[in-house]
Amino acid sequence: MRSTGSYAHQRCVACAQNISNQKLVQGILDSIPSPEAACLSAEDISPSSNGPRDDDPDDLFAEATEEVSLDSPERQPILSDGPSPAITPVTPVMISPRVDVFDRSPDQDEDEEENRDTFDIQISVSDPEKVGDGMNAYMVYKVTTKTSLSIFSRDEVCVKRRFSDFLGLYSKLASKYMHMGYIVPPAPEKSIVGMTKVKVGKEDLSSVEFVEKRRSALERYLLRTVKHPALLKDPDVLQFLESSELPRAVSTQALSGAGILRMVNKAADAVNKMTIKMNESDAWFEEKQQQFENLDVQLRKLHASVESLVCHRKELSVNTASFAKSAAMLGNSEDHTALSRALSQLAEVEEKIDQLHQDQSYADFYLISELLGDYVRLITAVKGVFDQRMKAWAKWQDAQVMLQRKREAEAKLQYANKPDKLQQATDEIREWEGKVQQGERDFEQISKNIRREVGRFEKDRVKDFRVVIIKYLESLVHTQQQLIKYWEAFLPEAKAIA
Amino acid sequence: MQEGLDDGPDFLSEEDRGPRAVNVDLQTDATLQVDISDALSERDKVKFTVHTKSTLPNFKQNEFSVVRQHEEFIWLHDSFVENEEYAGYIIPPAPPRPDFDASREKLQKLGEGEGSMTKEEFTKMKQELEAEYLAIFKKTVAMHEVFLCRVAAHPVLRKDLNFHVFLEYNQDLSVRGKNKKERLEDFFKNVVKSADGVLVAGVKDVDDFFEHEKTFLLEYHNRVKEASAKSDRKIRSHKNAADDINRIASTLYTLGTQDSTDLCKYDNDFPFSRKIEARVAADEDLKLADLLKYYLRESQAAKDLLYRRGRALVDYENANKALDKARAKNKDVLQAETTQQVCCQKFEKISESAKQELIDFKTRRVAAFRKNLVELAELELKHAKGNLQLLQSCLGVLKGDT
Repeated sequence: MRSTGSYAHQRCVACAQNISNQKLVQGILDSIPSPEAACLSAEDISPSSNGPRDDDPDDLFAEATEEVSLDSPERQPILSDGPSPAITPVTPVMISPRVDVFDRSPDQDEDEEENRDTFDIQISVSDPEKVGDGMNAYMVYKVTTKTSLSIFSRDEVCVKRRFSDFLGLYSKLASKYMHMGYIVPPAPEKSIVGMTKVKVGKEDLSSVEFVEKRRSALERYLLRTVKHPALLKDPDVLQFLESSELPRAVSTQALSGAGILRMVNKAADAVNKMTIKMNESDAWFEEKQQQFENLDVQLRKLHASVESLVCHRKELSVNTASFAKSAAMLGNSEDHTALSRALSQLAEVEEKIDQLHQDQSYADFYLISELLGDYVRLITAVKGVFDQRMKAWAKWQDAQVMLQRKREAEAKLQYANKPDKLQQATDEIREWEGKVQQGERDFEQISKNIRREVGRFEKDRVKDFRVVIIKYLESLVHTQQQLIKYWEAFLPEAKAIA
Repeated sequence: MQEGLDDGPDFLSEEDRGPRAVNVDLQTDATLQVDISDALSERDKVKFTVHTKSTLPNFKQNEFSVVRQHEEFIWLHDSFVENEEYAGYIIPPAPPRPDFDASREKLQKLGEGEGSMTKEEFTKMKQELEAEYLAIFKKTVAMHEVFLCRVAAHPVLRKDLNFHVFLEYNQDLSVRGKNKKERLEDFFKNVVKSADGVLVAGVKDVDDFFEHEKTFLLEYHNRVKEASAKSDRKIRSHKNAADDINRIASTLYTLGTQDSTDLCKYDNDFPFSRKIEARVAADEDLKLADLLKYYLRESQAAKDLLYRRGRALVDYENANKALDKARAKNKDVLQAETTQQVCCQKFEKISESAKQELIDFKTRRVAAFRKNLVELAELELKHAKGNLQLLQSCLGVLKGDT
């Protein structure tokens, strides 16, 4: 019983490997009122029930799945709470096609490429609407999906979603796929300050900007998610995009039990990362990790500089406007008519330039700064995936250690000559041998997945950046052309001063 | 990183021509030509080499040079201001003190932060700060030169003895900066003067020309002050934005060298765009901001002239009243008469020259604005076109690279 319990915990993404951490988690689970604790376990269960990541027909864990549900009858009612229950009935049907996908993909990258070329799905997030009043208010966004792909039931679907729905989708996808080495695009971040302003109903520029920023970020998030071939077919994603009613994702609230648990587990993960010393046999991984570290540092620096630029450009636009006004006044008080006219013209030019600066700063912001922010978060996800691989390796090593111990125990028992215990020991040895094999397979699988994912990520990154940089340069070109127009109009006026 | 458009030499030569020509209609009079041929920046002072070419008889040689410091320029200016004879002229405004503090601070900060950046970044930033220092240096040289040229061009001031001593005496003029006591005295003098100025300005002038000039100058001066302040702020923001673009460019460069993708090509060109932004800011500074600042000082000088005239007028009127009173009481009539005559003469003398000065001021002002505005527009166009070309070539590379 204890071993299966530990299986379940080992399966659970959020939990740490060490026994001591398990106790910690257990302690917290006990102290939290049951519905919330159950929420976690629901998450806990879903990876198990969406088992198809293992190609192995002799899936030991298939048994574990059943045992968990038998084990904890008090968890049954929880299955009806939260979005996961909607999924579990679906999975048994979906398992076989899913396995096919996984069988195919590692070996046939070219096929995947072809699929991507016929990638035909458009998602837009629009029409933010405020629902409700006061502190319970929230924004609802319309998500429109237009596609010709067959997995969707209709060509065009429109649904209404709120921010926590997006967060819920991400947390489900992360718990299902991250430990397999899939890079799951992170959802936009919560912003208490921003949301409070919107809730309170301030109709000022900053809250409008905030909603627009969020809307655009949500759209990018969905597009990135569906670009991933495995995620596109995920039932959670499909449900999110298609079904008109989505149960509230309560576990995404920061102050819920699940939220606190997440924070604890993050801390535990960080500690673990420091203690796991992995013998990297594969130079590719080491190189890539270093590369991503560097990229992370540079992107963060770049992001900070771009944000500073956005801020300064806004300042520049304000100052240009006030200068334009003072130049106009100067022109008014100048008694030489031609000079006076020229100065007024100068004022007009400066005003137009101010508008240009403003537009430019919007481009700076929406194109570059947001993209950089997205990539900084994405790189964190990539690093997370590398960490998952480390964990898989550690698990494998732990299993080997356990196997060794069991073998030693068996040897001792042989000396002591206790036949009944001997049988149990031999059984345990077989069990652990299986685990070691599984651990090794998992590790290799995750390594393979990561290689593929990183390749895809790199390609996408270059494409993304190129597209954005081209757009940005085009906006800069436009600005310069406008500047030329304005100054060319002004020049004759200046020359006409007699 | 290959060097793209290097506007370096053009920039410098424009600046060389610029200062002398802030006031366009300075006749290059063969009888007296003054310029600053060289300047040396030492720890906390700048030494200017003032070079004079003259055919005037009162100089010992036809061509000579002396070394002067900022304080000596101020001494010369103050001697003009204090000279009653020149009350009727617009005294060319004194050049501002050379101020390298900001630049020096930045260089120091750079030196401190040397450890935290790569060698390339460091050399690049050092180069830019040095260029900035050089620009400020050139500007202060220009300001001092303009002052001297204005004096040399003025028909009356150029004959001033102090001016000749300034130009010729090749020893140190031993002009010390004002000590605390004297500065305090100056401060109080200024307070009194501005209070008086308000009083004087309140007196309505019989002459329409001067009345108009008074109202005009007052308003104009205030507006120029405001425009000058706003343009300074704008240019500062522009410089900040250019600095940011600088930083972005250097990060992109580092990224480009580390990254194996072909985004590197973009990274190479972007830095030049940022050089242009910085130069745009610098040029705007030169043409617009400096122009406004100069005219701020000149309009103040013109206001001072009007004040002096107004003061003389008040004195004249007071003398008239005193004379009438004396005649009525038949006491000290002669004394009152002489005072009145003196005041009358003074007033008339000032009025005569002031009228011409103010008209000249206007001509000069219009010409200077015209020149600088035209140059500003031309420079902006040049930079925008250069920037555009650069960006388009960048785009071409990126787009053709699919």
